[in-house]
Amino acid sequence: MESSSSTRQLLWFFAIAVCVKLLLIPAYHSTDFEVHRHWLALTHSLPLSNWYADETSPWTLDYPPFFACFERFLSIFAHYIDPQIVDLHNGLNYRANSAIYFLRISVILSDLWLLYGVYRLTKNADVKRRYLIWVLIVWSPALVMVDHLHFQYNGFLLGWLLLSISFLQEGKDLMGGFLFAVLLCFKHLFAVAAPVYFVYLLRHYCWKGLVRGFSRLSVLGAVVVAVFAAAYGPFLYHGQIQQVFNRMFPFGRGLCHAYWAPNFWVFYIILDKVFSFFLKKFGFSIQIPAASFTGGLVGDSSPFAVLPKISPSTTLIMVLLALSPCFIKAWTNPQPRMVARWIAYAYTCGFLFGWHVHEKASLHFVIPLAIVAVQSLEDAKHYFMLSIVSCYSLFPLLYEGQEYPIKVLLLLLHSILMWLGFSTKFTRASAPNTMVTAKKKGAQSKSIESSSPAAEKGGFTIGWVGKSYLLGLLLVEIWGQFLHPYLLGDKFPFVPLMLISTYCAFGIMYSWIWQLRWIISTT
Amino acid sequence: MGKKKEKKEINEKVDVEAVEIEDDTWWWLTHKGIGATFLCISVFALLVRVAVSLHPYSGAGSPPKFGDYEAQRHWMEITLNLPVLEWYRNSTGNDLSYWGLDYPPLTAYQSYFHGLFLRFFDPDSVSLFTSRGYETYVGCHSSRKNDCAWHIAMLLLNPCLILIDHGHFQYNCISLGLTVAAIAAILSQRELLASCLFTLALSHKQISAWANLFQDKTDGASMFSMSVYYAPAFFSHLLGKCLRRKNPIHGVAKLGLTVLGTFTVVWWPYLHSTDALLGVLSRLAPFERGIYEDYVANFWCTSSVIIKWKRLFSVHSLKFISLTATVLTCLPSMVQQVMAPSSRGFLYGLLNSSFAFYLFSFQVHEKSILLPLLPASLLALEERRPFKWLMFYGLFSMFPLLCRDKLVLPYFALHALFMLLYHAPCGHGGRPRNARPNNTKFDYFDSFKTFMNGFIYLSSFILHIVYLTMHPPEKFPYLFEAIIMLICFYQFALLAFYTNVKQWSLLEHSTTEEEKKLI
Repeated sequence: MESSSSTRQLLWFFAIAVCVKLLLIPAYHSTDFEVHRHWLALTHSLPLSNWYADETSPWTLDYPPFFACFERFLSIFAHYIDPQIVDLHNGLNYRANSAIYFLRISVILSDLWLLYGVYRLTKNADVKRRYLIWVLIVWSPALVMVDHLHFQYNGFLLGWLLLSISFLQEGKDLMGGFLFAVLLCFKHLFAVAAPVYFVYLLRHYCWKGLVRGFSRLSVLGAVVVAVFAAAYGPFLYHGQIQQVFNRMFPFGRGLCHAYWAPNFWVFYIILDKVFSFFLKKFGFSIQIPAASFTGGLVGDSSPFAVLPKISPSTTLIMVLLALSPCFIKAWTNPQPRMVARWIAYAYTCGFLFGWHVHEKASLHFVIPLAIVAVQSLEDAKHYFMLSIVSCYSLFPLLYEGQEYPIKVLLLLLHSILMWLGFSTKFTRASAPNTMVTAKKKGAQSKSIESSSPAAEKGGFTIGWVGKSYLLGLLLVEIWGQFLHPYLLGDKFPFVPLMLISTYCAFGIMYSWIWQLRWIISTT
Repeated sequence: MGKKKEKKEINEKVDVEAVEIEDDTWWWLTHKGIGATFLCISVFALLVRVAVSLHPYSGAGSPPKFGDYEAQRHWMEITLNLPVLEWYRNSTGNDLSYWGLDYPPLTAYQSYFHGLFLRFFDPDSVSLFTSRGYETYVGCHSSRKNDCAWHIAMLLLNPCLILIDHGHFQYNCISLGLTVAAIAAILSQRELLASCLFTLALSHKQISAWANLFQDKTDGASMFSMSVYYAPAFFSHLLGKCLRRKNPIHGVAKLGLTVLGTFTVVWWPYLHSTDALLGVLSRLAPFERGIYEDYVANFWCTSSVIIKWKRLFSVHSLKFISLTATVLTCLPSMVQQVMAPSSRGFLYGLLNSSFAFYLFSFQVHEKSILLPLLPASLLALEERRPFKWLMFYGLFSMFPLLCRDKLVLPYFALHALFMLLYHAPCGHGGRPRNARPNNTKFDYFDSFKTFMNGFIYLSSFILHIVYLTMHPPEKFPYLFEAIIMLICFYQFALLAFYTNVKQWSLLEHSTTEEEKKLI
């Protein structure tokens, strides 16, 4: 009875979101739409051995095999609806309504997997916490923007991650590890958390004496190997494995994406610019590299004028270094309730220090952190900031005027909902009591008076630093949208984007430090 | 940690005390008070509106006339570039056959301002802020905050209004917003303000050629429609109230002067010469249209299946017949309001008079169903089921229109959204959990419902699918439209009858209760 009603309510939340997403179908979609449409055609019309070899379109398949299988599965229905969607040659850049509706609705339906993940995570949580988590994840504006406007299948992939976390939290480590391995075969970018999984599973699952531990280790190893064999085995059989890896790990991409993700490297680049500027002023001859960051893709030559060049291995080492406190904690005190934090922390590190990071990758830690956001007041305050910043950093994804009000309203609605939810959850203990009595009397104005001072004392508030930071976001946006085009016209078109990523980088850095402190301080 | 536990305990205690709040999904939403809830829901409503406006608007890409969007754009052009007196005149710079201005001056002013602000001014804000005024009134009167949040959602997420305004591209929400403001003013006992606001709403737009009826008379006030649908209710309510004062004539005179004054201000540029005035008036009253167009679920259109009104009578006599029929159907609710003016009675009166106009007046458009929907949504807390019923069939009656505009997807999405919000978990929806004393009158209504409703719901659902997937037989190309019209008319007539009965049954209740509510 209890669980059935909660399922119904969760479905209600989902259905509301679906209605809005349906309305957004004709909105802007990026080239990722054509990418996924082409993959449907590719997997439908070519044999498995040619999936990773095909070069009909520049959008070659660069996701791991399970995702290709997922596309193959979808293409069955696509073929039924409109054969041209899955036509390898005639379907190129096909944008009929049938294609748009089919692909958009496939994203909406694949979100059901995310929904199942959320359901599994929250089925034992108490009612109010549950509602908040649902609001944070099911109505997440970042997911709507990336998946349903920009077009990707992140909701589906995050569903696997949340499922894996839910099993780990229940202590079912083997299942959690299995699901994570499956996730890695869907999208390899999730591999950043693999070291954390490894350390945690080794300590928590396998470290049980010599014989038992060894047998458990071999079981776990067998499961993971089986998953990877299922994914890559067929390609190994066809002799395609080298080609698969070439496609999945394209080298030669730069440190940063054309639009800088708000991470650590933004500071590095800016520091470099500042140094070179001053050194030039003082008479040193500095060679300004040809490949400028603002110009787009970066080639092999060092883009930095003064500071040393960053190689992929440097970023790897930095990520591992940043992760090391987490390893120590996971080894010394492996607790299931901390797993979600550790995984989110791992993705934060990967986002901050990784090579060629996409701004969309911030979803990987914002969504898992929503689970822990409701656990304490501190968490809630941190999540409030982080969620707004990461959502705002996604704004440049949707650059067309038509979607502008949509993204602003999405963020606004999300902030209001978070603010309402958190401030209700974390009012002073006395507040709910007075609330009820006042409510019973039917005197609504009284209840507001009695609850608001309580909220100010110990409830959910944002300090002046946070407030001024959020105000700064507003200023950055006003500058980029109105003042910059008005004052400077077409000059320096990169400045607004640079401002956004630099400013958001501060917020993400704050979140990283906050998470690190939390991980170190908890026992 | 300890604090958290303590709080949890207290929470549990609270839960025992008030089970009602315990399983309340929306407790957190309403906790901060009406203002925050309102803000939240209105942002959501705005989001939905913006999303709907992504879809094709009426006449998009169909030259040579392009439809409503082009009309609005053209008006901006005219009002920006021509002097005021030229707006309604045919001249070299202003070709009236190409979307000449045929809305009253306030719309023209609005076009002007739109031209200036380039749509930075959002028409929704008007209706948002005015319904806010209404909500503060409701907020004081509803005992449960949840009710209030639900009610706000019902008001602001009215799918019909969103589809027509943002899908079909019109500015109905402004005149409806002004009307809501007028209603709010009446409910908070500020009659002068109310009559002023209502006059503004009146001169904002005409929706049908109802004005034709009064063409012979010289009364300028009745020339325009849309909000004219509510005029009988406003009139009778205000009259009824004035009559109960110590000095009735003084009250009536004051109200009359307010109305006339507002009109004068709005119509000022055209009052210099009779020529200019007549020019405006003739543009406002397009003669050439018949008593009905397309397939509107009103009496004339429905009965024309059997009786060919257009052939039997001349346009002039048809005008007279429809006027008589409208007045006759308005009359009961007007009489009730004059006899015993009360807030609730006023809302029912609005509903009844707009129903009367929708069903019997001359030249009704499909979207006129918005007008009965507005008072119905104001009454949504009391008349939960009828409200849903009306919304369902109101939407259904507009379905062919929206199909023509290629708004099928928003239609279904908004319909679903409405039903979901209506049945919000732990909201009200289907579960009559807290039987309110007012709802005991439901019995005879219920028996009706169980008899017919299931069948009609089902058939209308099937009709949706049939309409989309099948071609009508060649002999009757408008067969499906006609069936939809028949079903909807039947429902509307039933509802109109029901609300009339409800309004009169208010008289039976002790009037002292009403008086208490008023004060």
